[in-house]
Amino acid sequence: MPKIIPVPDELSQPFWDAVNQRRLALQNCTVCGKLQYPPQAACQVCGSADGLEWKDVEGKGHVATCIVIEDGRLNRRMPDQPYNLALVTLDQDPTVNFYSNLPGVAAYQAPIGAAVELTFEEVAPGQLIHEWRVVE
Amino acid sequence: MTSSNDFRWRRDTDGLGVWEHRGKVAIAGYGHSPVDRRWDGVNLDASLGAYTIMACEKAMEQAGVTIDQVDGIVCCDSHIAGGSGGSASNWAPRPYFDAPYDSEYGITLINAQWLIGAMGFKNVKFAPTGVPTIGEMVGMASQAVGDGVCNTCLVIYPTGNLEGRYRRGGENADDYARGARQWTVPWGNHGGNDFINIFPHNQYCLKYGGEHDDLAPFVINQHKNGMLTPWGFNYNHDIEPISVEDYKSSRYILNPLRIWDCDRPVNASAAYLFTTAERAQDMKSQPVYVLNHSQHNFRFRTTQPDLDEVEMWTDKQAARMYEGAGLGPADVDIFNPYDGYSIMTQFFLEGFQWHGVKRGDAFAFYSGDISVKGPHPFSSSGGNLGNGRTRTAMYTDSIEQLRGTAGDRQVAVKAETALCAFTTPSSGGWLMLGKYPS
Repeated sequence: MPKIIPVPDELSQPFWDAVNQRRLALQNCTVCGKLQYPPQAACQVCGSADGLEWKDVEGKGHVATCIVIEDGRLNRRMPDQPYNLALVTLDQDPTVNFYSNLPGVAAYQAPIGAAVELTFEEVAPGQLIHEWRVVE
Repeated sequence: MTSSNDFRWRRDTDGLGVWEHRGKVAIAGYGHSPVDRRWDGVNLDASLGAYTIMACEKAMEQAGVTIDQVDGIVCCDSHIAGGSGGSASNWAPRPYFDAPYDSEYGITLINAQWLIGAMGFKNVKFAPTGVPTIGEMVGMASQAVGDGVCNTCLVIYPTGNLEGRYRRGGENADDYARGARQWTVPWGNHGGNDFINIFPHNQYCLKYGGEHDDLAPFVINQHKNGMLTPWGFNYNHDIEPISVEDYKSSRYILNPLRIWDCDRPVNASAAYLFTTAERAQDMKSQPVYVLNHSQHNFRFRTTQPDLDEVEMWTDKQAARMYEGAGLGPADVDIFNPYDGYSIMTQFFLEGFQWHGVKRGDAFAFYSGDISVKGPHPFSSSGGNLGNGRTRTAMYTDSIEQLRGTAGDRQVAVKAETALCAFTTPSSGGWLMLGKYPS
């Protein structure tokens, strides 16, 4: 069953453009050096709006924890139940985290603490989303 | 008329010192409607509007206040599935009825303007719009009375629920994720405090040891307390108590979150009568005094809050509340934190260090005697888990415990201060009440 399709907006368009080019680009504050995800209009640490730039980051992370969605509310995902929803921290800055369905890992089998690497999944023609695959 | 936008009422930053109106504002009455699982869409005597009128009348009657004496109405105009529920929470459109039920107001939404018309209030000078949930409303009303914006203020929290599965329509039925949902929904997170708190809860179990089902004694105790609460859902609907086995064999929603970790949406309303401590002395029922109110709205630093953030947020909440009340953890007799999902309550218990519980101690505390007749009567209200998703049990129980009118639920320990809340780790508010003004 296909996943739900993100709709880019003015703020997020550069992010999704990068994803569609199979890159992970996060906001980086040139004033305080903090990476920021999801994108915001200003740096949430120092408040700078002018200092935000897009920066490609290395797609490496770790599985912090995971749940299994057994009775969610999203119509489009119900046929997928049960499925993993993991929390992945970015190695480059572990205070930045992402969700992942851990493609290739059976529900209930998420390896907590395992290393993961960036991958991409097509959710609509021309629209990718970022995902994370366990490193064997 | 004064609105919420033109007076500063929030106490939502660090270092504000003792509240300037400490002990000078009181709650003089409360009223609850019946608590139904759902409104049937037909019986207007059991509509959210009718139930709200009933709750207001009871609160005024208990305080001995007439309708003409009420000069403030603080009413949350978002129904229980609203706010964070977004378009998935909308039950409209529908066929409407004769006035005052000729729009969504009175049916699934209530606001001050609708109440003024339906009940005939004539002297209301403070009826703000855009009122937040009850966790913050009680602070707004306390500050309004303390500042003299109004003198006799009804605080009303309606919680509507209709037929049909909760939050299954609207954007949750959409194939596309817009706005903030683009960062969560593609992976299955439709939002809500179940998702927000289950990840930190898992991290909690990993960090401190223990497992999810160590919540069982707490959840079971909430149900027990709910069966002692005459104005709650469980008491009035003969809900069977649950055992450890029932809990451990119950179905998962967001594994490891079980159905019994979730509160039950209901159709109900509650009202509270706030006034000055001075006026409350002459009213019909024993007042309880507001010793402080505080609010918080912490921003997520990334997609999903983690345990470090949640612990930092709840530490801050405790520091603000204790500072404003001029009290510390050892001074709090009654502790009624929010339990709308059982997985978040340990963060409050440990942040506020009630009965000396520190980080990582909650599961051991839950396994001890937390009954209302024991030495640690934790969450004596039964909370949402024991009473339904009214989000008011914590407040009413606190009032009753301080008055000594909690009946079979009355604690055996001293009950002179009470801390109560509807809040999540990231947003909401706390209220400290006292049996005495100082």
